[in-house]
Amino acid sequence: MDEVLLGSLLGSTLRVATPLLLCALAGLLSERSGVVDIGLEGKMLSAAFAAAAAGAATGSLGWALLAGLGVALVLSWVHGVACVSHSGDQVVSGVALNIIAAGLTAVLGAAWFRQGGQTPALADSVRLTPLWPDAVAALQGVPWLGALLGQGLLGHNALVYVALALVPAVWWVLWRTRFGLRLRAVGENPAMVEAAGVSVTRMRYAALSLNGLLCGLAGCYLVLAQSASFVPNMTAGRGFMALAALIFGKWHPVGALWACLLFGFLDAVAIRLQGVVLPVVGEVPVQWVQALPYILTVVLLAGFIGKAVAPKALGIPYVKERT
Amino acid sequence: MSQQAKAPPVAPAHATPWAVEMVDIHKRFGAVRANHGATLRVRSGTIHALVGENGAGKSTLMSILYGFYEADSGTLRVNGQPVRIRNAQDAIALGLGMVHQHFMLVDTMTALDNVMLGAESSAWLHKAIPAARQRLQDLMQATGLHVALDTPVGDLPVGDRQRVEILKALFRGAKTLILDEPTAVLTPQEMAQLFEVLRRLRAQGSTVILITHKLKEVMALCDHVTVMRAGTVVHETPVADTRVDALAQAMVGRAVHLMAPGMALADKAGEVRLAAQDLHLTDAWGVPRLKGVGLQLRAGEIVGVAGVSGNGQSELLDVLSGLTAPQSGRLGLNGQTFEPSAWLNPTQARQLGLAHVPEDRHARALVMGFEAWESAALGYEAWPENATAWGWMHRRAMQTHTADLMERFDVRPRDPLLVSAKFSGGNQQKLVLARELGRAPTVLLIGQPTRGVDIGAIEFIHGQLRRLRDAGCAVLLMSSELDEILALADRVVVMCQGAVTGELPVAECTETRLGVLMAGGPLT
Amino acid sequence: MNHPHLLPRWADLVVLPLINLAVALLAAGAVVALVGQNPTEVLQALVHGAVGTPRNLSYTLYYATSFVFTGLAVAVAFHGGLFNIGGEGQAVLGGLGAGLVALWWSAHLPAWLMLPLMVGAAALAGMAWATVPAYLQAYRGSHIVITTIMFNFLASTLLVYLLVNWLKAPGSMSVESAPFADSAKLPGVHHMLAWLGVEWPSSPLNASVLLAVAAAVGVHLFLWRTRAGYRLRAVGASETAAQYAGIHAKRQVLLAMAVSGALAGLVGVNEIAGVAGRLMLDFVAGAGFTGIAVALMGRNHPLGIVLASLLFGALFQGGAEVAFEVQGFTRDMVVTLQGFIVLFSGAMSYVLAPVLARLLVRLLPEGARYG
Repeated sequence: MDEVLLGSLLGSTLRVATPLLLCALAGLLSERSGVVDIGLEGKMLSAAFAAAAAGAATGSLGWALLAGLGVALVLSWVHGVACVSHSGDQVVSGVALNIIAAGLTAVLGAAWFRQGGQTPALADSVRLTPLWPDAVAALQGVPWLGALLGQGLLGHNALVYVALALVPAVWWVLWRTRFGLRLRAVGENPAMVEAAGVSVTRMRYAALSLNGLLCGLAGCYLVLAQSASFVPNMTAGRGFMALAALIFGKWHPVGALWACLLFGFLDAVAIRLQGVVLPVVGEVPVQWVQALPYILTVVLLAGFIGKAVAPKALGIPYVKERT
Repeated sequence: MSQQAKAPPVAPAHATPWAVEMVDIHKRFGAVRANHGATLRVRSGTIHALVGENGAGKSTLMSILYGFYEADSGTLRVNGQPVRIRNAQDAIALGLGMVHQHFMLVDTMTALDNVMLGAESSAWLHKAIPAARQRLQDLMQATGLHVALDTPVGDLPVGDRQRVEILKALFRGAKTLILDEPTAVLTPQEMAQLFEVLRRLRAQGSTVILITHKLKEVMALCDHVTVMRAGTVVHETPVADTRVDALAQAMVGRAVHLMAPGMALADKAGEVRLAAQDLHLTDAWGVPRLKGVGLQLRAGEIVGVAGVSGNGQSELLDVLSGLTAPQSGRLGLNGQTFEPSAWLNPTQARQLGLAHVPEDRHARALVMGFEAWESAALGYEAWPENATAWGWMHRRAMQTHTADLMERFDVRPRDPLLVSAKFSGGNQQKLVLARELGRAPTVLLIGQPTRGVDIGAIEFIHGQLRRLRDAGCAVLLMSSELDEILALADRVVVMCQGAVTGELPVAECTETRLGVLMAGGPLT
Repeated sequence: MNHPHLLPRWADLVVLPLINLAVALLAAGAVVALVGQNPTEVLQALVHGAVGTPRNLSYTLYYATSFVFTGLAVAVAFHGGLFNIGGEGQAVLGGLGAGLVALWWSAHLPAWLMLPLMVGAAALAGMAWATVPAYLQAYRGSHIVITTIMFNFLASTLLVYLLVNWLKAPGSMSVESAPFADSAKLPGVHHMLAWLGVEWPSSPLNASVLLAVAAAVGVHLFLWRTRAGYRLRAVGASETAAQYAGIHAKRQVLLAMAVSGALAGLVGVNEIAGVAGRLMLDFVAGAGFTGIAVALMGRNHPLGIVLASLLFGALFQGGAEVAFEVQGFTRDMVVTLQGFIVLFSGAMSYVLAPVLARLLVRLLPEGARYG
């Protein structure tokens, strides 16, 4: 097959998968500790807005990043207050945060920038640019691998590589550190952990804090690397796709990576398949390809392609029995 | 949290022979006096049994020792030093380790992870795991407690999972182990292995406190035994100086009310209403709960099922009422027979005239969020007096009927619209009785009728049961209160370890005989 | 989310929602102030926009109609112990169902046949879309929250696919179907009032408002006066007690979601048969999520839901008017308020209810507590 096509497909896949992956890893940390996180969408959206607003206001990449991370972190803590400290319903809290985020970002955006909710386009100095801008051109001449390596792998901005690096990092934290062992145990049997002398509340807040930071990164990616400004509802359901990827990946970072890559690939293919006539099937409606991640997730949950076993204590508020 | 689980500084052994002393412990929960001047002294290097019926106070006492509660008053001493134990960490630091009845394990993690969690020697697992593995292997060698360290604990048999719990305690340097009903979930072979392990631990200088109600095991394994009843210690003796029936007598107590004179004795009991044969039931964990139980209920008699809680009585009631199907056995109920392949279900049971007052009021007998008149229809919502064939409920009629029932069964307050949760325990029970007894059943299964019920309501409930019996109903009464059974029953069936150990007419029941049957032994 | 033991009935149904609303309004007011607007000015414009004129009132009621359907849907599921977030998708399917039968048969059938058919199709389609996740939950243990979220996306994708590839009116630029014949359109309320000789400005408010009222009454009767409703509530309140009573929990899960989905599907009647007269994109416009807020505010009780729907309808309509009047204000403020309400009525309810309970203990004499 055409190597240029492959290269561009690979590049697209990685670019689309990055925010999904960051959110999926965020959700993984939270859910592994037993707290359901439906609010990935809202946190990503809020972070995107914060980064765009801060970037436009200060003209500094650093402040933009800080704002995005900070806002998502705060929202994760709100979720923690409602659900961990006060045993509120975790799903309802997530849904509430999503709605609040959707509304608030639009309101503040319209009020502060008066462009119908959109933020002004960020200058290149504020945005993330490809790490190795010359790589693509330099590799053009190389036969076979040129496009694959150039467009596909090396032409991305730092956050793409950060996201990929986070996969082994999260794995390492969860399976090679004491903190990770305890966090996983909290999601399975919080009573046991509490009896062993480790505070369940503190572990869950730690997980939620990491969750907030990663969602923040995802949101930052959207405005600092992908588009140049915030548009209301720009996340367009990515947070839920990340949730689907997390489940499809069976709550494991490598599984989540493959699932996000798959969803990214499907997205890249969908765009390129528009109008193309395939043998036998004819023209594939783009909606089928768009629907595929969701259908796959349902099929997985129904237990038809292997079992997806959630952390045992997921969604159950932990109430200390004895005082 | 990087404290290592080292052995805590301990006073030199010659200073005191007592590993643990609990002196004059008082503990109240609201109006209930769980511990009332209880004193327990355990010598180091012995296996000490703590026995008593449910509600005797032994679990509370041990919870105080392990730091789950603090006593209202009294002294605690560990190795001669007065101590204050505010939480489990304090207990662990003093060398106390507890193995709970319901294991606290993460099923998806290995035995190694489970033991290590909370006491890891390093923040980096690549260092902590080998260190823990080494320590565990040494421990397993020393104690004879062998467990596969790298299998997920959920895949291990129950006996092995218990070993993981024991290793957890020993890993943290426990010199005194408290085991809560350890043999409840073990097969006979596993039990023998556990005993071996405990003897080995004793040989190495550890102390073991065994909470149990199984007197045979006490005789087989322990050095000393303390008997508790009604919140306090009633008897304390070296095991060598006592016998099973003496312990049973102490456990059961002397406040036994035989039938009050003048109560109408049932006439010769009538036809057989319910006949169960050879019931075998194994629970979800593979532990046998009923081992070939059979019994018959006749019209106009109350059959009491006696025995210490946890010996299969609850499971028997579940099987007879249709909530659970046994693995094998037969049931005949008012003319219909049932086999395990098509066992009785609760709806059929009701249609055949069987009423069931479950042990667990809160989870089963009532819907706490429903108003009283709705709870009064639970299980009968499809009956013609409650709903038409199309499903329209006769709300007004149901409320009136409930008010009527409340009048007859003295449920207070007399408010059919009051939410079930708002009634006191005794009135909730009376409401349940009103529902089940109010439709004049031919067979009644009733479990723990007066648990959590005040004295006045108890008298009333007992009167209702007698009246029902006199009207010709066959009643199966399950209770852990022996007094209650002796006061009400015409025949007493005793269960132990899932089997019926004996059956006596109530006139022939003496404390000794019942004690022996409850402990599992045959009557000689 | 209900606290039947904690608070007396009247406090649970009336006082607590008002307190939740007050706290949410405070939060929203803070946001309004933050963006440099005057909260009182906004509030005044909002109230006028919602009920100030007959036309405004009609719009409010029109929005409220859809919210009643989705709110009832969420509430019925809650009573069965389930969280149905799939109202949005079920509403889309409802509209599709109504629209498809209209496209096929409206030219051939008279209105008195066509309209009930559309209502039935909407309900059945919504019901089917809810039953699949319900079955997966009851019989295969799949988490219903996630499957219903997935089904929401699948529903909108399905709608787009059908409209773009099969149903688009030939020669039209916009993504809509051909218009239905007149027999498939529900009369508007202004028409109905005209029959009675009353003059009323035209608006999207249509006969489905009556259907909404009927649905609320119907749900109340179903839940509290029928055997089926009794069993559903028993399973939702205590599965172990239901098992003791011989009630099959799995069947009740299916039933609860089926009824829930059917109710959500009726949104299609309001939007497609009542207003649009054709199939188009995005006719649900978030009503499914508003239904969650409505159910939480209304404490899962039909009367509360009707009142909460009126409130949210007022907010929606009033919000649109305020967007015209006040510089810089957009309808998104209403969405934000809605989010605050879900947060305080739903997730944070454990925070406020005990406070209220303690307050009542101090303020009230013994007897009133058991109301």
